[in-house]
Amino acid sequence: MKASLNLRNLVAALLVAGLLLLPVYSAATGNIFLLTLFTRIVILALAAASLNLIMGYGGMMSFGHAAYLGIGGYAVGILAQEGIGSGFAQFAVALAVSALYALVIGALSLRTRGVYFIMITLAFAQMAYYVASGLSRYGGDDGLTIYKRSNFGSLINLSNRVQFYYLCLACLLAMIFLIWRIVNSRFGMVVQGLRSNEQRMQAIGFPAKRYRLACFVIAGTMCGLAGALLANNTDFVSPAVMYWTRSGDLMVMVILGGMGTLFGPAIGAVVYLVLEELLSRVTEYWALIMGPLLLLIVLFGRGGIMGLLGRVKRG
Amino acid sequence: MLLVVEQILNGFQLGLLLFLLAAGLTLVFGIMDLVNLAHGSLYMMGAYFAATFVAWTGSFVLGAVMALGATLLLGIVLELVALRHLYGRDHLDHVLATFGLILFFNEAVRLIWGPAGLALPLPSWLSVPVQILPGIPYPAYRLAIIVVALAVALLLYLGVMRTRIGMLIRAGASNREMIGALGINIKLLYTLVFGLGAALAGLAGLMQAPILTVQIGMGENILILAFVVIVIGGIGSIRGAFVAAILIGLIDTLGRAFLPDLLRQVLSSSSASTAAPALSSMLIYLLMAMVLVVRPEGLFPAARR
Repeated sequence: MKASLNLRNLVAALLVAGLLLLPVYSAATGNIFLLTLFTRIVILALAAASLNLIMGYGGMMSFGHAAYLGIGGYAVGILAQEGIGSGFAQFAVALAVSALYALVIGALSLRTRGVYFIMITLAFAQMAYYVASGLSRYGGDDGLTIYKRSNFGSLINLSNRVQFYYLCLACLLAMIFLIWRIVNSRFGMVVQGLRSNEQRMQAIGFPAKRYRLACFVIAGTMCGLAGALLANNTDFVSPAVMYWTRSGDLMVMVILGGMGTLFGPAIGAVVYLVLEELLSRVTEYWALIMGPLLLLIVLFGRGGIMGLLGRVKRG
Repeated sequence: MLLVVEQILNGFQLGLLLFLLAAGLTLVFGIMDLVNLAHGSLYMMGAYFAATFVAWTGSFVLGAVMALGATLLLGIVLELVALRHLYGRDHLDHVLATFGLILFFNEAVRLIWGPAGLALPLPSWLSVPVQILPGIPYPAYRLAIIVVALAVALLLYLGVMRTRIGMLIRAGASNREMIGALGINIKLLYTLVFGLGAALAGLAGLMQAPILTVQIGMGENILILAFVVIVIGGIGSIRGAFVAAILIGLIDTLGRAFLPDLLRQVLSSSSASTAAPALSSMLIYLLMAMVLVVRPEGLFPAARR
């Protein structure tokens, strides 16, 4: 993939520059809320980017991606509760458990396709939600407060707002870079080939399910990282992180930004969450506007924001 | 013994309600190839309409009938305004658009009826227990749900299998273009089918309303159960939906009722009471996973295409 100067890349570059400079602006104006808001946005952008890997490039319409947010979060929360404060241990467990969950769920769900796949991933995520609600030792329905953020020793202090923001942003950019490398690798080509024409790929001799499953696990692990960060951001984790509307939100971000584009999900996350924030200031009933807006985006906005930018370029 | 019979009947009743929801979903999917997440919103609207109309007319039956009509009408309007434009689009588009509709409905309900839930009181003639077997009383209202839902299921079966409209519905499910070419007004048929699905969802909602509180988001949890039912039963199959719905209703209810006691005999009492709620809510998903391993297409895959 050659980087050329077009509108899409320009917008992506502006986004990255804006996100990098945001703490400077927030410090200069004393607007701490902006930094808090964008920390959350960056974390959810990471989750959306991981969903885009399977949905946009792999053609696997997972409606249960928020489960990993919860799993990553609970890994941090439960370990913190049990007195293991080391961030290295917490994040390692968060990633490992997310990968394991993705492996099991993926192995089962990938037996099906299409609508079945959408419904099954949704149902399994809902199962994770109910399991978390049933963990009475760790707060059950009410959730679990995390009294101390993950401790990375002298490496980085997560309780410092700016340091934490840059950690999240670094994770986001690193994962987008990783996705870029994956998508353009042989492995990524096979996965995209499977999306376009599975029969043909199988005829050439690629084991479809194994490739898909590997891709599914990679995306799940990435989202588990987002979950661990999110729990540190809110100092709290509850079953609500995994509620199915959250999975829907993530899907909306990906579609809004542009499915199957590298920076689309991040742009979608910024636009969706900023829009939500602005609308909720105008009216308490913001979803009354957001709902029909989604319908209109689906009906008329093919390809999301990135698709729109691409069309502008062509004139 | 009393508890067992009662719980089996409860499970059966939940299963029948699930069937009413799942039948609408599976019909709409089988015929229009539309994934409708907002089906749960129609269930919720049925309950809200019922609570409003019953309070307004003072009669439970009259209010319920009016609520049923209102949900049917709402379904038809929804199809005409929004969903009609989604036919033939990608399933992902359906998911997102109807997800937007859920947001809209939840918020509209909050605006109109307020954030607090409503209660739908039962009339006195339905709130007495009935002796179903000597020495085994069961609430009359729950029994009424079972009778009504069974009657509707039977009517649905006869309607789809034995009438002209039902024939068209089945024909539409197996080959859309062909029945259009034969001069059938497909658009009208689609609107009718969607209205029927909406009415079934509304019926489930209004019947459940007196047992649970009528509240925002009440349709979402049961919608996911309905999805599980459809996946297990096989998408597009009404027979599959019926069998799977009863199965899910029984397993979920019995699991929640008896699993804690069963676990207590194996594990220590404290760890049993920790594990039981989580495990019993997992049961139906485990069943779904098992069915998927054995038959990825569901128990009764509809012969499609």
